[in-house]
Amino acid sequence: MSNLIILPIIFPFIIGAVLIFFSKSSRAQRIISGISALLMVGISAYLAVLAFQQDTVILESGDWVAPYGIILVLDNLAALMVLITSILAASCLFFAFGTISKKREKYYFYPFYFFLIVGVNGAFLTGDIFNLFVFFEVMLLASYVLIVNGGSKYQLRESFKYVILNIFGSALFIMAIAWIYSVTGTVNMAHLSERVAEINQPGIVTVIAVMFFIVFGAKGALFPLYFWLPKSYYGPPAALAALFGGLLTKVGIYAIIRMFTLVFYHEPLFTHKGIIVTAAGFTMLLGVLGAVSQFDFKRILSYHIISQVGYMVMGLGIFTPLAVAGAIYYIVHHMFVKTALFLLAGATEKITGTTDIKAMGGLIKSQPVLTWSFFIAAISLAGIPPLSGFFSKFPIILAGFQEGQWVISAVALLVGLLTLISMMKIFGYVFWGENKLTERQNNMSVTNLLIPIAPLVAFSIILGFAAEPIFTYSLHIAEQILEPSNYVNAVLKE
Amino acid sequence: MEIVMSAVIGLIFAVAIYLMLSRNIIRVLIGTLMLSHSVHLILLTMSGLQRGAPPLLFLEAGAYSDPLPQALILTAIVINFGVTAFVSVLVYRTYKEHKTADLYDLRGAKDE
Amino acid sequence: MINQPNDMMFRVFIRLIAIIVVTFSIYLFFSGHNAPGGGFIGGLMTAIAILVMYLVFGTKTMNAALPFNYPYMMSIGLLVAAGTGIISVAFGYPYLKQFFDYFQIPIFGEVELTTALIFDLGVYLLVVGSAMTFILSIVEDDS
Repeated sequence: MSNLIILPIIFPFIIGAVLIFFSKSSRAQRIISGISALLMVGISAYLAVLAFQQDTVILESGDWVAPYGIILVLDNLAALMVLITSILAASCLFFAFGTISKKREKYYFYPFYFFLIVGVNGAFLTGDIFNLFVFFEVMLLASYVLIVNGGSKYQLRESFKYVILNIFGSALFIMAIAWIYSVTGTVNMAHLSERVAEINQPGIVTVIAVMFFIVFGAKGALFPLYFWLPKSYYGPPAALAALFGGLLTKVGIYAIIRMFTLVFYHEPLFTHKGIIVTAAGFTMLLGVLGAVSQFDFKRILSYHIISQVGYMVMGLGIFTPLAVAGAIYYIVHHMFVKTALFLLAGATEKITGTTDIKAMGGLIKSQPVLTWSFFIAAISLAGIPPLSGFFSKFPIILAGFQEGQWVISAVALLVGLLTLISMMKIFGYVFWGENKLTERQNNMSVTNLLIPIAPLVAFSIILGFAAEPIFTYSLHIAEQILEPSNYVNAVLKE
Repeated sequence: MEIVMSAVIGLIFAVAIYLMLSRNIIRVLIGTLMLSHSVHLILLTMSGLQRGAPPLLFLEAGAYSDPLPQALILTAIVINFGVTAFVSVLVYRTYKEHKTADLYDLRGAKDE
Repeated sequence: MINQPNDMMFRVFIRLIAIIVVTFSIYLFFSGHNAPGGGFIGGLMTAIAILVMYLVFGTKTMNAALPFNYPYMMSIGLLVAAGTGIISVAFGYPYLKQFFDYFQIPIFGEVELTTALIFDLGVYLLVVGSAMTFILSIVEDDS
């Protein structure tokens, strides 16, 4: 037991509540939120070390023993996700200082930013499926407010669709919880795992598993349910689009990984190698085709989120330690690189005033640092060695060939190629070509915006050059989550 | 009793889907409300409709009912309260900005 | 106002109704530990009482009579609720552990006081604050 693991939830919660008092003063909000975001990075780094030393740390809140009480579980996967969340949140926050409008600051931008982090961290740490729902809702409510914050016509129109779709998804979530409760009589994840293993996952549990897959797939933008993503991530300002693009879909993916390694792992031929791999293939292919067809900076990146979510789920679907380790590595890589790319798109938008890549050109002359940051992030995304994208896709595709999943592996390779094409399209239009900027735009300096991006790009390089230790760590996590008895024993103390 | 409840839930769910698929933005809002009611009823029904006493020790009843689904429903209702409050404001603002409550006019331009 | 509405009955009875509703909401709030009730439903009833008064007396009068800043009320509620959990951390127990004891209080006799009540107070403030914030944001937009 350790009270420390409540900190990633309760600390941003308190900061968010305190920030409401300072909504009038932009400077006070910036100071408080900046310091707290950095503190969060420190706390979560400490927790990651703690999880690495002790494997699984739990907290039974209110001293009610599992499986009766609400418990929080910090294992290596959760700790890793919390750590990345804090780093991304800090980067996007510092980027927001330079780009966000005064009006948005006044309308509770910072409080809801922290409530969003409460929801995300809670979803990573909870060990109870109903609490997963609650934290999803906290995260979604904060994201509704943030996505509509500013209140332009486009935002209102598109966020209405986003909200309605998510309300429907939440309704399905409650329904799935009701079903699993009626079959097993528990909502505690470790207890669920134990009971589903006892009855050896009969057909009805598999149906419920697919229901959960649909619910989390809708939040994570998987194949049939990804249509909401590009439009809703286009409206909000760059800092938010970056945070949403890097973080929110990954919460859905994390939930899928958690549920399908801990609870529903008895029928891998049907759920994992059948449904999940198929959905992953279509998600990858359709996402990247969407990206190739677009000519808008933010939209191309949004479509790429969809195609890359496919890689992560593909790693889970192949379901060997190598593939799951690859998926975890890919999530880490994707969260850093995608956030960096969105922030770079925001910096470009700040200079040129548009996100249409056909209207830009020749930025390489006036903004060399921006250009080369983008270049590194883009080829890392496309999977060129020695950057992180290559070393994270490699184990997934290798595992695919080892397991005889020829079709999906071929699709993954093709998608990598198309990703490279669309990234080079952005590079060619925006940074090369004739200079279409005015004199004022040429002399504009965005150094203050590049500082928060620099650590993210640096992480992408480090993740590539230090692939050996990081891959060992991913493999350690994968082996830990593929052996559910670790989790179950830690929670139920048997 | 569970059979009757299932039929009722099905009916409410159908009404909710019908309303959510209509063009008027207010009807969509009411549809989401009906939807959440029906899933709360599912939660209640799936755990078995029990007639026992509240699970408090001093009552000393013969049979106690399971408190967990009720706690879950209460939580879900509270969350639904927040979401509904937010969506009503959102619908109102959308109507004010776009001057229409018809979702056909809110589809967005073709080039997006 | 030229077309002043003829709502004398409403104006007279609302004073009575509001008092009853608020009293009942406080009763619900305190009974919430071992019986139906609690911070959420108590808060909602209080919000309803305030809202009915807004309907009758209009925003200007009410804003002068109850000059609460509802977003701040929400924030205080959140802090109270989160702070209750931290009390137990300070004593080395798991987060949100509940403490209770029996006290002799004049008039009421022996009552059970718990830290869950403080948590409920946070919920109560949060619910009143959020309900009023949401509704007033629409009301004040019109005027």
